[in-house]
Amino acid sequence: MSTQPREYELDELYRDLILDHYRQPRNHAPLAHPTCASEGENPLCGDQVAVQIELADGTLADIGFSGRGCSISQASTSMMTECVKGKPLAEVRELIDQFKAMMLQDAEPTPQLGDLESLQGVRKFPVRVKCATLAWNVLERLLQANAQGGTA
Amino acid sequence: MLDVAAIRREFPILSRQVHGRPLVYLDNAATTQKPRVVIAALREFYETTNANIHRGLHLLAEESTAKYECTREHVARFLNVPQHDPAQIIFTRNATEAINLVAHAWARKFLTRGDEILLTVMEHHSNLVPWFLLAKATGVVLKFVDIDTQGQLRMDQLRRLVTKKTKLVSVTQASNVLGTINPMPEIVREAHAQGALVLVDGAQSVPHFPVDVQVLDCDFLAFSAHKMLGPTGVGVLYARKAILETMDPFLGGGEMISKVTLEGATWNELPWKYEAGTPNIGDVVAFDAALTYLEDIGLDAVRAHEERLVTYGLETLSRLSGITLYGPPTATQRTGVISFNVGDLHPHDLGTALDRSGVAVRAGHHCAQPLMRRLGVPATARASFYLYNTEAEIDALAEAIEEAVQFFSQTARRGGRAKASVR
Repeated sequence: MSTQPREYELDELYRDLILDHYRQPRNHAPLAHPTCASEGENPLCGDQVAVQIELADGTLADIGFSGRGCSISQASTSMMTECVKGKPLAEVRELIDQFKAMMLQDAEPTPQLGDLESLQGVRKFPVRVKCATLAWNVLERLLQANAQGGTA
Repeated sequence: MLDVAAIRREFPILSRQVHGRPLVYLDNAATTQKPRVVIAALREFYETTNANIHRGLHLLAEESTAKYECTREHVARFLNVPQHDPAQIIFTRNATEAINLVAHAWARKFLTRGDEILLTVMEHHSNLVPWFLLAKATGVVLKFVDIDTQGQLRMDQLRRLVTKKTKLVSVTQASNVLGTINPMPEIVREAHAQGALVLVDGAQSVPHFPVDVQVLDCDFLAFSAHKMLGPTGVGVLYARKAILETMDPFLGGGEMISKVTLEGATWNELPWKYEAGTPNIGDVVAFDAALTYLEDIGLDAVRAHEERLVTYGLETLSRLSGITLYGPPTATQRTGVISFNVGDLHPHDLGTALDRSGVAVRAGHHCAQPLMRRLGVPATARASFYLYNTEAEIDALAEAIEEAVQFFSQTARRGGRAKASVR
């Protein structure tokens, strides 16, 4: 029973939902007609994520990813794709801000983040926060580059 | 046999707890813990002696200078440098800076476009990136020796790659990932036969077994104090005097000059020519205590202890299901470093779980990304031992790995009812 506190903490980090997304990632396929693509790497543990997006009429019409890495990085990417797919770009930017606020500034998860709330426990593991935010930074860069390109 | 229980009492940090468990510190290839004598030496220096060195006519300055130079003489004895001449020992911040010093002060002066430097795929980034920068700036060509399936250097390939074009062979004496001990005498012979110099990266060897630069017959040797019980912020470069005398300065500033006018400067004598600015005096002084501590125990005894630990570690870990161990199969060919992966568990997930059991290991690419690519893995977990580690700690590691595997397989089974969250 002496192991209980430790396992409880591990449970907090590795919620079932996270492991489910890790083992069965959603939107884990290349897009047929991507508007743009970018990738990111977390040199600390070798996480790699490549994100493709398709934009149409001011919405993020489709999103796909590939990559390999730890459960946190891959699950966060998978959940992100589910969360942002089909949403207007302004809303996607808000979601990115809300997620990063939850991870980096201890903000409470907003209802819009849905299942992503399960990544809140990662905050207690400072070195893993970068794993969770990796794909979000890639998506943010993609949207910024696209906005500067004059399509927004 | 080492009296490990007595040794452990000399390291205050080893009695602390992490996450409610006793600390099992197995990250010694990254940095080692410090014995009381080193901590006391640091404190004593700042409480009784602190002053800047090589200048100032007051007593404290004289005492500081004497202590700083005393460590240099000690390092010279420790490595058995030729003619016992301590002018061949340069203090840097770390092994990385020592290698960069050679790249700037020696290679930039003497190597030209088309000259070759021979490296290996098992090098730490610190023995790769300085040469990448040099190659970009000068057109020097870099070549790499591969490893075989057991993680040992392909000496047949090395012999082919060392030619008259080769000006430097820069090789780690022991891999920080695989633990592989490279056959330095043979490498040095091959290099010297073709007129190439040899730089030995001793960061993972000098702390763990006796290294005699006259036996090695190398031209440069770089290592760090903090990986051998000393303070952080102290590196050492040994270089033959004849080479040091021909090299240009590395950094410019105070201390390294003889005379400065507005028209220019002349350089100080060896070794101070290569030590610009106020050095890390306090930590260099305390490093002396670390060297004495290691000598009192004996590097042969340290090596024997680590060989026993790595033998036990390889045996114990190889019994775990789904485990992959990297590097040479027997302890005689390796230092106290064991890199591994377990099933499809990512090393970072494994590292987090082990940490919660009190076991500190490294998980990642170990600043050796080319080697990770060569091994075909994104990362590994790594346990690395030193004189204060025990077989019981290896048991604790094995147990923690099993607990982690069990934890992740349990959560995988629960994954079917993912929506029914645990909280």
